[in-house]
Amino acid sequence: MPLGRIRIVISTDADIVVARRSGRELADQIGCSHTDATLIATAISEVARNIVTHAGRGEIIISPVDEGTGEHTAVEVVARDEGPGIPDLERAMEDGYSTGRGLGLGLPGARRLMDSFEITSEVGVGTTVVMRKRRST
Amino acid sequence: MAVPILKQGDYLIATIQSAMTDSEAEQLRDDLMERIGRYRSRGIIVDITALDVMDSFAARSLRNIAHMTLLRGADTVVVGMQPEVAFAMVQLGLTFEDVHTALDLEEGLAFLDARTGH
Repeated sequence: MPLGRIRIVISTDADIVVARRSGRELADQIGCSHTDATLIATAISEVARNIVTHAGRGEIIISPVDEGTGEHTAVEVVARDEGPGIPDLERAMEDGYSTGRGLGLGLPGARRLMDSFEITSEVGVGTTVVMRKRRST
Repeated sequence: MAVPILKQGDYLIATIQSAMTDSEAEQLRDDLMERIGRYRSRGIIVDITALDVMDSFAARSLRNIAHMTLLRGADTVVVGMQPEVAFAMVQLGLTFEDVHTALDLEEGLAFLDARTGH
């Protein structure tokens, strides 16, 4: 069966668990190490919780990525919501800055767990995170 | 599914499953706080052997459990963290500086015995 993208609607804390489990499964399927799969699942957990806490509702799309080698060598995670948006992105990416009930490590932590991490946000429109991790060789 | 809590002598042993949600973590905290009073427990072991993801919320919940139970007179020790989970926690920037940890259930029990003078 060819690997495809998985879309998970995020609105409750149970959806966070579903999303991170899906991420781990896909990471396993493309041959990521157990450690990499754990890092990906943890990063998904953080961005999914951000959706539940700040936007209430959103989606996570997890896809296998072929970076030009003819095989899937990376996992891409897109987390999207149409929530209130983040007024000060620079601060939101600082360790310890939190407006929710977390430790303020969610977004900057997820960035450290992944190889690439991009965030765009507009107040009143929503927030999108695109992050990727390559399989270690 | 609620986290099962076993009473063993003066101790309570909570075994966390891989798919623990935020609300189950909060439920565990409340359950442990209540049982410390009911059973007059002196020590708590939280076994996270099965937990495959420790994110910032789960880490904060466990830290809160350790601090709150200590205020009720019971020492908490977290046991069984998988190596990958420890790696991810460090990458994420999470610390357990003020939480007692042990390799496994056996070490956790030995730790509590030493603390409580058994």
